[in-house]
Amino acid sequence: MDGSKDPSTTADIRFPSDGVTEIPYDLYTDPGLYKLELERVYRGPVWNYLCLACEIPDHGDFVTSHVGATPVIVTRDRHGAIHAVENRCAHRGALVCLKRRGNTKVLSCVYHSWSYNLDGSLRGVAFENGVAGKGGLPDGFDKGAYGLKPLRTTEFCGLVFGTYSDETPDFETYVGPEIAGYMRGILSKPLKFLGRNVQVLPNNWKIYNENLRDSYHASLLHSFFNTFKLNRLSQDGGIVIGAGGGSHISYGKSKTGYDHPDYQGEGVHSLHDMELADPSLLDAVDESGEGMTTRIMSVFPSFGLQCHYNSIAVRQVLPKGVGETELVWNHVGFEDDSEEMQKRRLKQSNLVGPAGYISMEDGCIGGFVQKAIQGVSGEVGVVPMGGDTVESTDARATEVSIRGFWQAYRAVMDM
Amino acid sequence: MDERELYFRIERLYARYVRCIDDDRLEDWPNFFTDDCRYKIISAENHDQDLPLGIIDADSKAMLQDRVASIRRANIFEDHRYKHFVSGVEVLGVEDGVAEVVANYLAIRIDIRGDAMLFSVGRFQDKIAVDRDPPLFVEKLAIFDNERVDTLLALPL
Repeated sequence: MDGSKDPSTTADIRFPSDGVTEIPYDLYTDPGLYKLELERVYRGPVWNYLCLACEIPDHGDFVTSHVGATPVIVTRDRHGAIHAVENRCAHRGALVCLKRRGNTKVLSCVYHSWSYNLDGSLRGVAFENGVAGKGGLPDGFDKGAYGLKPLRTTEFCGLVFGTYSDETPDFETYVGPEIAGYMRGILSKPLKFLGRNVQVLPNNWKIYNENLRDSYHASLLHSFFNTFKLNRLSQDGGIVIGAGGGSHISYGKSKTGYDHPDYQGEGVHSLHDMELADPSLLDAVDESGEGMTTRIMSVFPSFGLQCHYNSIAVRQVLPKGVGETELVWNHVGFEDDSEEMQKRRLKQSNLVGPAGYISMEDGCIGGFVQKAIQGVSGEVGVVPMGGDTVESTDARATEVSIRGFWQAYRAVMDM
Repeated sequence: MDERELYFRIERLYARYVRCIDDDRLEDWPNFFTDDCRYKIISAENHDQDLPLGIIDADSKAMLQDRVASIRRANIFEDHRYKHFVSGVEVLGVEDGVAEVVANYLAIRIDIRGDAMLFSVGRFQDKIAVDRDPPLFVEKLAIFDNERVDTLLALPL
C-alpha cells in the first residue's frame, strides 16, 4: 500500500485539523471508509486479538475467530506451535472450519475435500490425478502456493494475537513497556477459561473503542456504584497511554482497600440511600497488591482487558458492518484458583457483560450515538476533556485515551 | 400429589412467573424464589461445554432483589418489555419435594419504536419446591441458544 487515498472512499471525510479533539461523525457511518478500514486497520501493522492460548491447550486443538471481518482459524500443531490461518479454502473460498472449536489432525474443506495441515499448508487435493486418467490438476500446478493464508502470531500473557503485516513490531514494542507491564500485572499466572458472552452493539466499531477508553463517562453513565454507595469520590486513579496512543490503562484505587461495601460515616456522596441486600457480590480479594479495584485496558484496534475487583475479562471488538459491532467477553481466572476464588470471580461477573451492573449501558449508548448521527454530514464530535494532548495523566475527567485511539487510527489509516 | 395436580401447579407457576416479568411487576419477581435460590442466565454454548460463565448469576433471593433495585434505580437503557412464551413443560422427576423441570421458552422483546424481535430462545432447567403452595424456584437456569445477545439484557428471563 502506498498510502495514497482513494478519492471514492475518503475524499469527503477529513479531520478538521491535525489534532485529535474533533472527530467527524462521517467516520462512523461511511460504508466506503468501513471497507478501507478493514484493509488498512485490520490488515495493517497492528496486533489483532485472536483467542486465549488456554482455549487450544492440546496438540490438534483449534478455535475459530475473526480479524476484523475476516474469519480465521487458530490451531496448535503436533509440535505445540500456534498458527493462525484464514478460514477460507484456497480453492473456491468456502469456509474450511465450520465448528467454533475442536480437535483435528487436518483441516478439510467440505466443498471439494481440499485438505490442509494445521499450519495452513495444502495437504491434499481430491482427485488430484483425475479419475481414470482424466481431469485432475494440470501439470505445473504449484500446490505450495495454495495454502490457507497465514497470519503471523504472537503469544503474550496467555493471549494470542495475529497480524497480517511484516512491519508490526513485537507485541511489547507495539504497546510499550508500561502497558505490557500492566497486562502482566493482571494476567500474572496461567489462565483458566471460564466461558464467553457475545453482545451485539448497534454501533460502529470505533464508538465502542472510544467507550472502552472513556474514563470520563464511567461514573456518570454507570451509576450502579454511586447508587449503592460503593464508589468513593476520592478514589485515586490514573491513565497510562501506550506506544503510539493506541493502547492504554485506566485504573482506580480504593483508598481504604477492600473493606467495602459499607462506606457509611465516610462522608460519601451518593445519589440514593441504598445498600446491597446481598453484599457478597463485592466480597473481593486484592490481587493487585496495590488496592486497585478497577483496571481497564485497551490495545488498538480490537482488544480490551478488564479487571474489576476479581472479575477478569478479555474483550474482543469485532466490526460487523459499518453500524454493528460484536463484543466478545472472554472471562478468565487462574489455573490455581481455589473453588472459592472461582466462585468469587463468577459472582463478580454480574458487574460486567451484556447484563453487567456497570457495563450494560455501554450496550445501548453507542446505539444512541449511531442513531443520532444518521443523516448528518460534515459535523464533528469533540473530545476536549483534559486538553488536546495524548499523554499519561492522573486525571480521570479526561478524554486523553480516546485521543490516543484517534492518533493511532489516523496513523494507520493515513488520514 | 398426583401427576395432574403436579403439572397443574407447575404450569400455573410458569404462567404467573412470566406474566410478572412481562407486566413489569419486577418487585414481585424475587418472590418466586426460595431465600437460598440459584438463578442463572447462561448461553447453551457455555453450559454444554461445562464452562460456568453466565450473564446473570445469583445465589440468593437477596441478589435478585438487588438486581431489581439496580434496574429500577441505577441502570440506564431504553424502555422495553418482553412477551414470554413457555411451552413443552416436562417434569423429569420429584425428589424430597423438589421437582426437576424443563421447559422451552421464547422471549420477544418490544422496544420503544414498536419493533418486536426474537430476543432470547432457550430452555428453563429448573428445580421447583412443590411441597408448598404456591411452589417456589429453588434453582432456575435460563439456557439460551441464540448466543449473540442484542444490545443488552436488563430484564430477567
